[in-house]
Amino acid sequence: MKEKLHQIKLKYRGKKMAPAFNAIHTFLYSPNETTHSGSHVRSADDLKRTMNTVILALVPCLLFGMFNAGYQHYSAINGFPAEFSLFEHFLTWDNFWLGAITVLPIVVVSYGVGLAIEFIFAVIKGHEVEEGYLVTGMLVPLIVPVDTPLWMLAVAVAFGVVIGKEVFGGTGMNILNPALTIRAFLFFAYPTWMSGDQVWVHGAVERTGTADAISGETVLGYLAQGSTEFAYSLSDMFYGFIPGSVGETSTLLILLGGLFLVFSKIASWRIMLSAVIGSLAMGLIFNGIVAAEWIPVYSKFYGLMSFEYWQHLLVGGLAFGIVFMATDPVTGSQTNRGKWIYGFLIGFMSVMIRVFNPGYPEGVFLAILLMNVFAPTIDHYVVRGNIKRRMKRLKTATIHPKVTDGAEALKTETV
Amino acid sequence: MSKDIRIKKGLNINLIGAAEQTTSKAVLSNVYALNLDDFHGITPKMLLKQGAEVKAGEPLFYNKSKENMLFVSPVSGELVEIVRGARRKILTLKILADKTQEYVEHQKLDIAGADAESIKAFLLESGGWPFIKQRPYDIIADPEATPKAIFISGYTTAPLAANADYVLDGKETELQAAITALVKLTPGQVHVSVGKSNTSPLEKLDGITLHKVSGPHPAGLVGTQINKIDPINKGEVIWTVSPQDLIILGELLLTGRFNAERTIALAGSIVKDPKYYTTKIGTEISTFLYASGVSQDKFRLINGDVLTGSKTNPEGHLGFYNNTVTAIPEGDDYEFFGWNKPVFNKISSTRALTFSWMQPNKKYDLDTNTNGEHRAFVVTGRYEDVFPLDIYPLQLLKACMVKDLDEMEQLGLYEVAPEDFSLTEFICISKQPHQQIIREGLDLLHQEIG
Repeated sequence: MKEKLHQIKLKYRGKKMAPAFNAIHTFLYSPNETTHSGSHVRSADDLKRTMNTVILALVPCLLFGMFNAGYQHYSAINGFPAEFSLFEHFLTWDNFWLGAITVLPIVVVSYGVGLAIEFIFAVIKGHEVEEGYLVTGMLVPLIVPVDTPLWMLAVAVAFGVVIGKEVFGGTGMNILNPALTIRAFLFFAYPTWMSGDQVWVHGAVERTGTADAISGETVLGYLAQGSTEFAYSLSDMFYGFIPGSVGETSTLLILLGGLFLVFSKIASWRIMLSAVIGSLAMGLIFNGIVAAEWIPVYSKFYGLMSFEYWQHLLVGGLAFGIVFMATDPVTGSQTNRGKWIYGFLIGFMSVMIRVFNPGYPEGVFLAILLMNVFAPTIDHYVVRGNIKRRMKRLKTATIHPKVTDGAEALKTETV
Repeated sequence: MSKDIRIKKGLNINLIGAAEQTTSKAVLSNVYALNLDDFHGITPKMLLKQGAEVKAGEPLFYNKSKENMLFVSPVSGELVEIVRGARRKILTLKILADKTQEYVEHQKLDIAGADAESIKAFLLESGGWPFIKQRPYDIIADPEATPKAIFISGYTTAPLAANADYVLDGKETELQAAITALVKLTPGQVHVSVGKSNTSPLEKLDGITLHKVSGPHPAGLVGTQINKIDPINKGEVIWTVSPQDLIILGELLLTGRFNAERTIALAGSIVKDPKYYTTKIGTEISTFLYASGVSQDKFRLINGDVLTGSKTNPEGHLGFYNNTVTAIPEGDDYEFFGWNKPVFNKISSTRALTFSWMQPNKKYDLDTNTNGEHRAFVVTGRYEDVFPLDIYPLQLLKACMVKDLDEMEQLGLYEVAPEDFSLTEFICISKQPHQQIIREGLDLLHQEIG
């Protein structure tokens, strides 16, 4: 098989379809390319391995999301179990089966549409198929509501990959995170579908208006309506037994994934840490406003503002965004100092947008997209700092004139 | 006076096949050759015709833009072939060596009494000048410039490279002569850096500013030391000499003879008996390679160390500046699911199912496989971990790629040589050719700004 594929590769070298074939070939076998100049040996990591590591970190979230899809659906119909037991109520085949038939199609559509576009672009432009979409394709199913219609998803993925990435030149060149571009497209193109209290639990939409109607309200949704009475305890929020987008609910598994990414040195701990600090800071400010009684209890912001500052990290997509989206190296800040600023502002803005935008009580994706746009500016100023240091040094430079310079100067003087 | 420099950022690449510290004499080569690619940025003008008889130390060609800069023959014999490439560019000069070597005898120089001009003139005429390189641009030094300092790194950190302490051993007289001359060429200091071990013959020399360097590669690269000791600003010039070339310079000054003899390390996992050889510049590599033996037929032979050397073959010749020849396995094979399997036998700067971080002292047998395909820059923050210079490596590389002269200048291109980017190239996840990018950037800047 190895030999056969090698023969085919040689045969199609330079042909139009070569990138498509090579993409599959390099998926099976890491290529036989050797170094030509410069460093004759290279380290073991490549982009595929990097992307694969992120996917590994996402798998627990996906699996949990499948179980949770079923759990939320059945609990909404039958009521939440009084005595919750992980194995009896959550990790059941019923839950998994329902999760599988609702979530897996989203995964298939996301990868199918996205990779198809990547292949088409690679063949047209004659470059290799790059690995960026491997992660994007995995992120997309995890950040959309479980009942997102597949055709909407397909349209959004096509938009996100083409406008968000390929028009800029493909992986490594994009300004906005493609997964969040897809999410933003869904939200702004189909706002009535993508927000509200129905779409978060499977079956809630189609039951609306019938006698069997169930609620699919998220914690943030309750808070935005000024209600602090919901059935979810803090541990529910931490472990993730709450409604929400497929993969964003379990703060525990996101935390583990984040630790794995930091340990494997794939994602930036600076961005993660500073984003957490940023969100806590904004949360504390809002708590302070409430404590100082600057806003009345009947204010429409009261519910979210009075929400305990650190609990912001447990609900909605904040944790997921910080760990998996803000750390995207292409669209984030590229300098280490810039990463601190970038991360902090993401956390800060996320909570701010969340509180001040009760129509859609989730600000993470907007905050990250906004900071994506500002990341080059942050980097610019960080790099300027380095340049300034160099310019300062220049003032004390010891520049000796060339031997001939002196001679020429002398010549002109004598003439 | 001794100052300590501790480098924290970096990565030691431990490879199998380090040269054992015993030296043999390599058999004499029939044909010696100068590879003109070694002299970057020089346009050669031949002084001799094919078939001419030369003595060792006799000029073969000069630099077209600096006519007094002469390049000499390492041995005496007959100039048998001038190998030319496209557009008649001279690639290699081959000299068939005589049985008995005759040297051009230069007038000995009274080093202690000589001034800078006479030392320069002597080195230019006798062929010793090309050993002095300059930054910015990483080219042979411009004799008309006055450097603000001269740097010599006697600390070896590059993988499998010849250990400077060992090859310099017993050459104190020559080293001192060369240093005494170099001190006169700069109004500033001559910075010499050595390892912490106190075994370097360079330590006891007079007239130098000694620095003790410790830390992982690239602590031994002269660029790292310049950046930590006395960074280059726009308009400033720094000269560098590699320590093994000081021996040739010293002997030239003391005896008036250009003796191209050099102790080199033959290393790499392919070599059966890796050790040191005394041989001459331009010697055919097979003269010592097969004395040590190779364990397989297909391998990559490198003129230099694995990070900065150039590709060659057993019929190739020892480079003008190299004191290391490395042979490692070629890696032109496919690996099934190579991109997601856990990796135990390769070095990695991450921990993404790669386990080299668990055994930092383990020695590896790396081959020339790129371990992945060329991609656009994606990952950020990785280069900074192995790049101790106060420079933003990714931003500088991008500035070079888009040929933005202002950015290149401001981000510190004057301070670096391609070899400073060898380690970032090694760990690059996108498999970009960093050293080539920097080389092209330097050439462009040199051409535009001069």
